[in-house]
Amino acid sequence: MSAIIEVDNLVKEFGSVRAVDGLFFRVEEGTITGLLGPNGAGKTTTIQMLLDLITPTSGTIRIFGKEYASDREAILQQLNFSSPYVSLPGNLTVYENLLTFGRLYGVKELRKKIDELVDFFEIRDFLKKMTYNLSTGQLTRLNLTKALLNDPKLLLLDEPTASLDPDIADRTRQLLMRIQKERGVTILYTSHNMEEVEEICDKVIFIQHGKFKDEGVPAELVKKYGHEDLNDVFLHIARQT
Amino acid sequence: MKFYRINALLIRHMYLFKRSFPRIMDIVYWPVMDILVWGFLSLYIDKLHIAGFNAITVLLGAVVFWDFLNQSQKSVSIAFLEEIWEKNLLNIFVTPLRLSEFLGATVLVGVVRIFLVGVVLTSLSYLFYHFNLFTLGFYLIPFILSLFLFGWSLGIFTNAIILRFGTSAQILAFGFIILIQPFSAVFYPVSALPPGLQVVAQLLPSTYVFEGMRSVLSTGSLPTELLVGAFATNAVYLVLTLWFFARMFSYVKREGKLLKLEG
Repeated sequence: MSAIIEVDNLVKEFGSVRAVDGLFFRVEEGTITGLLGPNGAGKTTTIQMLLDLITPTSGTIRIFGKEYASDREAILQQLNFSSPYVSLPGNLTVYENLLTFGRLYGVKELRKKIDELVDFFEIRDFLKKMTYNLSTGQLTRLNLTKALLNDPKLLLLDEPTASLDPDIADRTRQLLMRIQKERGVTILYTSHNMEEVEEICDKVIFIQHGKFKDEGVPAELVKKYGHEDLNDVFLHIARQT
Repeated sequence: MKFYRINALLIRHMYLFKRSFPRIMDIVYWPVMDILVWGFLSLYIDKLHIAGFNAITVLLGAVVFWDFLNQSQKSVSIAFLEEIWEKNLLNIFVTPLRLSEFLGATVLVGVVRIFLVGVVLTSLSYLFYHFNLFTLGFYLIPFILSLFLFGWSLGIFTNAIILRFGTSAQILAFGFIILIQPFSAVFYPVSALPPGLQVVAQLLPSTYVFEGMRSVLSTGSLPTELLVGAFATNAVYLVLTLWFFARMFSYVKREGKLLKLEG
């Protein structure tokens, strides 16, 4: 398997604060990889650097073997992002939002594409609704629909099931696993729900204080640290000084 | 630059206009109020029979042109603020959209907005006061183009300031242009200003347009140096503000403030 994301010696400083400190990791093609760490570990900053929303202080990020400095458009054309903390414009209808983002990606046969995804995510009933009127679960599905408009090879998902009730969270996880299986999308996933991470991630990467701490298959990490589950491994790593 | 991406943002803004009465009102309300106030004032001054001064053409012409400049700046700034208010900057900047395309879209939104304002203003000033803007003939084109360019520069500049200082600076989108008005010789000639301020006036493209407008209305011709002055100063402002915006955008990306703008 080839690496879709390669991060080497990544550093991000905000004044005297080093939010990311020499971070390195790889995300292999066709996997769901969890990027884990306690609050303030540097996950969000890292994700934002992977999206070219924050410029690194130093180090390199290669996505699809390319760097933002020379190939920004080519990278972003094949990548997408979804987070419950980032909503689409509330003053547009669901359909208008999907048309807008589809056009931004230059999607061919856009209406057909939307039609297909709308069924996949079961959002047809509220296509004409204003986005600000959607429930949290509906918003999550809309965000995921938007995230698949450009047939991305790589999806960055920031806590996609946060604020969802257990039923909708479970449906979302099933959808993500289905996306990965049917479309071969590589997914980088952040979550604080270790049970969920164990269920869907092929591999996890732990970071703390902006540094790489460990990585591996969830079950193997549980075994390696001698704990009962990934939640205990998380606590073990998070409480290391 | 990919036009389909500019078009995507343009249509996104048109969706907002389609269903938002307050947005339409914002476009027509202020210009209509200006036309009414200055129109009645012009009628009154006209009755005073001041020799060599046609208040209706000079003052209403100035008001119409001022509103073109005002709307041009405001439209660029508001199109940008819409993305901040809707917390949409992250969504659009994780697409392949380029900064130049983003700015291009805000400018096109401005063109649509100014077209609407233009139709309203020219119709009302003709209907109420028999002032025909088209008596300026061919000169209308360079005048309006010049005001558009200056408005865009001012809009891009205020956007750069909002990028740098966040939404606490958004008042600039609505008030910054007023700073320009006293020195632009909108309603009076540059010679009416104190000598020191005349120098400031010469640095503004709008001054050349308003002086030019008065020249065309009174003599029927336009001194070439006024046109050259307008476009030369515009070129300088446009280059400087684009550079400044690009620098501020790099700054917020470096400092991780792009998304904090939306807070």
